Amino acid sequence: MTDVLTPVLTDNWDADRSWTLASYESRGGYGALKTALGKTPDDIITAVKDSGLRGRGGAGFPTGMKWSFIPQDNPNPKYLVVNADESEPGTCKDIPLMMASPHTLVEGVIISSYAIRANKAFIYVRGEVLHVIRRLQRAVQEAYLAGHLGQNIHGSGYDLDLVVHAGAGAYICGEETALLDSLEGRRGQPRLRPPFPAVAGLYASPTVINNVESIASVPSIIGNGAQWFSSMGTEKSKGFGIFSLSGHVAKPGQYEAPLGITLRKLIELAGGMRNGHQLKFWTPGGSSTPLLTAEHLDVPLDFEGVGEAGSMLGTRALQLFDETTCVVRAVLRWTEFYKHESCGKCTPCREGTWWLTQTLARLEKGQGSAEDLDLLLDQCDNILGRSFCALGDGATSPITSSIQYFREEYLAHLEQGGCPFDPAASAVFAREGANA
Amino acid sequence: MTQEIVKSDLVTLTIDGIEVSVPAGTLVIRAAEEIGIQIPRFCDHPLLDPVGACRQCLVDIPDAGNGRGFPKPQASCTLPVAEGMVVNTQATSPVADKAQQGVMEFLLINHPLDCPVCDKGGECPLQNQAMSNGRGETRFEEAKRVFPKPINLSPQILLDRERCIVCQRCTRFADEVAGDPFIALVERGAQQQIGIAEGAEFLSYFSGNTIQICPVGALTSAAYRFRSRPFDLVSTPSITEHDASGSAIRIDHRRGKVMRRLAGNDPEVNEEWITDKDRFGFAWSRQDDRLTHPLVRDEESGELRAASWPEAFAVAARGLKKAKRKVGLLPGGRLTAEDAYAWSKFARVTVRTNNIDFRSRPLGADNGAEEAAFLASTVALTAPGHGGVTYGDLEAARTVVLAGLEPEDEAGAIFLRLRKAHRAHRTRVFAIGSHTTRGLRKMGGTLLPTRPGDEARALAAVAENGEVALDGGGVILVGERLATVPGALSAAVRLAATTGAKLAWVPRRAGDRGAVETGLLPTLLPGGRPVADAGARVDLAAAWGVESVPDSEGLDAAGIVAALEAGDLEALVVGGVDPADLAIGKKALKKTLKKAFVVALEVRESVFTEHADVVLPVAPPVEKSGSFVSWEGRVRSFEKVLDVPNALPDVRVLAGIAEERGRPIGVRTPEQAAAEMAQVGPWEGARPAAPDVPAEPAPAGLVLSSWKQLVDDGRLQDGDDFYRATARPPVLLVGQATFDSLGVEEGAIVTLTGPLGSATLPVYVGDLAEGTVWAPASSRAVSVRHLVGPAGSTVTIEGGVR
Repeated sequence: MTDVLTPVLTDNWDADRSWTLASYESRGGYGALKTALGKTPDDIITAVKDSGLRGRGGAGFPTGMKWSFIPQDNPNPKYLVVNADESEPGTCKDIPLMMASPHTLVEGVIISSYAIRANKAFIYVRGEVLHVIRRLQRAVQEAYLAGHLGQNIHGSGYDLDLVVHAGAGAYICGEETALLDSLEGRRGQPRLRPPFPAVAGLYASPTVINNVESIASVPSIIGNGAQWFSSMGTEKSKGFGIFSLSGHVAKPGQYEAPLGITLRKLIELAGGMRNGHQLKFWTPGGSSTPLLTAEHLDVPLDFEGVGEAGSMLGTRALQLFDETTCVVRAVLRWTEFYKHESCGKCTPCREGTWWLTQTLARLEKGQGSAEDLDLLLDQCDNILGRSFCALGDGATSPITSSIQYFREEYLAHLEQGGCPFDPAASAVFAREGANA
Repeated sequence: MTQEIVKSDLVTLTIDGIEVSVPAGTLVIRAAEEIGIQIPRFCDHPLLDPVGACRQCLVDIPDAGNGRGFPKPQASCTLPVAEGMVVNTQATSPVADKAQQGVMEFLLINHPLDCPVCDKGGECPLQNQAMSNGRGETRFEEAKRVFPKPINLSPQILLDRERCIVCQRCTRFADEVAGDPFIALVERGAQQQIGIAEGAEFLSYFSGNTIQICPVGALTSAAYRFRSRPFDLVSTPSITEHDASGSAIRIDHRRGKVMRRLAGNDPEVNEEWITDKDRFGFAWSRQDDRLTHPLVRDEESGELRAASWPEAFAVAARGLKKAKRKVGLLPGGRLTAEDAYAWSKFARVTVRTNNIDFRSRPLGADNGAEEAAFLASTVALTAPGHGGVTYGDLEAARTVVLAGLEPEDEAGAIFLRLRKAHRAHRTRVFAIGSHTTRGLRKMGGTLLPTRPGDEARALAAVAENGEVALDGGGVILVGERLATVPGALSAAVRLAATTGAKLAWVPRRAGDRGAVETGLLPTLLPGGRPVADAGARVDLAAAWGVESVPDSEGLDAAGIVAALEAGDLEALVVGGVDPADLAIGKKALKKTLKKAFVVALEVRESVFTEHADVVLPVAPPVEKSGSFVSWEGRVRSFEKVLDVPNALPDVRVLAGIAEERGRPIGVRTPEQAAAEMAQVGPWEGARPAAPDVPAEPAPAGLVLSSWKQLVDDGRLQDGDDFYRATARPPVLLVGQATFDSLGVEEGAIVTLTGPLGSATLPVYVGDLAEGTVWAPASSRAVSVRHLVGPAGSTVTIEGGVR
């Protein structure tokens, strides 16, 4: 059964002191860097293009194509920025990766920077994960000492400096232009586009911004070939990815598998749902992707498959909820998160999340009427696609999808004058066999 | 052919089924305005960079010009037009309409319903657009966000955070236009608000503009807050009386009292911005010391007593008749052109003298002779389209050289335009000055370090300076302070001639330029006619229908004061002059005034009215019509705002005296004066030669650089203490070596001593050239020009205690 897994990024996580350079190099680490430095930057871009690697941060934009947008005739310096501000509720792939094997990312950064001819790269990590930041900083230090970073890397004539920058803990800074503002020392709010970062990004210079997992996948593509990478996955979603299972599942964790695997398979790998319970609803890629239910267990988890099911693959943050969970309660918690994290720049997101939270809180308490559901949907309609960036859109996803699948449950709150569920039953400490 | 070129720059698109062609790069929201379609908006402002924050202007774009539409509604304030684009606004698209209604509803959920007590109520874009693009009834029943209110952003500007819709207009204005980014967004989500750093107040000379562009009532001024409702106000367009910018303003009054002033919208002059002085400096004319009726000195008691207008005219006429031609006239630099013309004609026709000089300010060793020659030869009769430099020229200039001029303090509108030019067109600004000022930094300018007194040599050196590379695409702006430096104005004229750069004189007062045009100089007659030119005199005499005009050049301001002191002049007609600006001490002035027959035309009491024999109250600009001539030479006419029966313009008062004297000036109203000025017209004969005065070495030792800052002790700023509290604290700036020699810490109080005496100021280090110190001339707290001396004085510093 385990043969469906394809451990590449996660392969060395169980090694002794896997985060050290010695451990990483003992398993062939930094071999791809040597290969890469023997090629031209354009060869690397072509290889990444041919591999079919699509951005692992959620949007799925082809990575190689993004790199080729960098105007090489622009006199300004080019920058590579790694988005390691992983903050999406449920998403927990980048931080474990940087924790267990920071050198995979560092090697990816060096190869990617070489490809886009950047001499300065940044890893923007969310500030709360201090331990991860320390491991990254140490990994960068080790890479410098080993000559993987700095001047004239391994005699190639190529120079690269890598800066690990700790953010201050704002969800919005995961939005790439807000990240750039934050990195420049400004207030993290999304920028107007155009100009796009590829043309005028960090310090108004051409900039590539990629997710940690995208960049970490690059060494394996260079080491094993584009062909190897594209042999995995589905037709339009090539390669492998880390699937993060959390919630009411027997063995939560990171499962690295080819794109296109189904949730049914993943739950099997994870030892099934919590003992004695059934799947009720789940998010395919974090809370900003519309909910799916047990009827979507066989949806192929690739960009197209999940899209057809009415959601988004997102960051493959699979949060699983069993029948003990009140969907209204879960959605309210998420909405409170969006309200807390809305940057405030645009009206629909700033004011809309404020209002949504209050309406949902009222409904959870069983106050209101069935018309309030239509009001909620109308508010969502006025936020979705009207906001400045995708944060507002994401805030509406759990609400609209939960009403779509669980309207009856909302109404039950109103009929019973409160939540029909026992919140303790869904908790980790719930008694065996506890039920709503 | 030309038409084709023009056409190729145009982009044609369809908005609500109407085809419109606009220049490439135009934003959709502006293209819609072209055909009369108003898309609601808040954050959008044509003079600020697009931000797309409020989302109120969403429109549907079924075709972006490439055959494909946008799946979501787009913010029309950030989207440039494209050829073939199809735009459907709220008028034709249900999607756009719903999107706008939705955003409006969101904006209102946290907005307080305090319109009935809000300053903005009645002129509020949020209120108006909620009516046009919002729903009548709220669906929001829950808790609104609340803040304690209001908070002070500065002594003058208050912020009500509940009303704020965080459109960022104010922060963008402060950052982009004024360059004073003291306000910024803080916190996030619904708690996002405008904030200031602790201890860093929003001290900007242009802060009042944020109130005006605020689309809600979030920003208010301490001076106007809760004073009146917009619909009770009567608005009159006018022109600022505070500087020579010619800035358009709007004066709002209610029941005979000015309640507030706003920026007018004149794209060619001040765009939509004015200084805080223009905005808040209007209470001066209604202070308790306002003169309301004529006064004459009682022959028996020797005290001033109330008099009727006819009596006052008669007493004045009698006194002037007795003095014959031994009369000097000091009309000041704040007159309207019409009033200045009346003064000029009164001097030449009624008194029959050329002893008239509007320049009551430090004029240097030659008493302003070089400046007078410069004004007569180079400045008079220039205007936009007639050799004058305009704001547009500044914006288009490649290089601008400033000498003896600190635009941020002395000409705010020029400062804003130069900053805009620097931001938009990378115009390079060079300042011949003592140090890099905050204003110069904000204009991205470069200092050409110059000791006070050495400006002439610095100007000459610019011609050879490859970095400045001044050429025909450049502009030289000289301030009135250059009058004190021998050879400086001559050097400026030479520099303009050798480089082809344009040259303009930027005076400080609103009436200065009009005074030049109307001949308030001992050497110059109205219309640029030189006194020394017999043909010009005959021409003027003919136009005036008098036998002749006085043919000898008169005494300048310093000469008039000296002659009065010596008894060579027996009478003085004076108005709008600050005694501190005259070259005479306080005691000597009082003695002189007591001795002479003094006729004072003033709005408010002053040292002159105190010692005058006849006091004639005159109307402030708000109570009369007239024109100010801006530094550009642009005639800026304005109407009377308040109708105050007893407030007569200078022209009417002077006509009264002249008629009583039996030598009428022929005009009684500003309108008549304007008509006669047009009839007399400009001098078409030979212009006098430009001055050619050699430069002199700058004085040795420590020299004082100094000028009046925007917010200072000027009497036209009396009456608004909130505004006054925004003044910059007075400091003494010294160079590093001078500072080191003092042996004190920064901020220590030191004593600055000059020809008049001493003042104590905290000392700070600046990039001043060695041998130079700077201190503000006219701070209310420490008036260096009264206590120490004028700019260019040799001074000493003694280290004090901290």
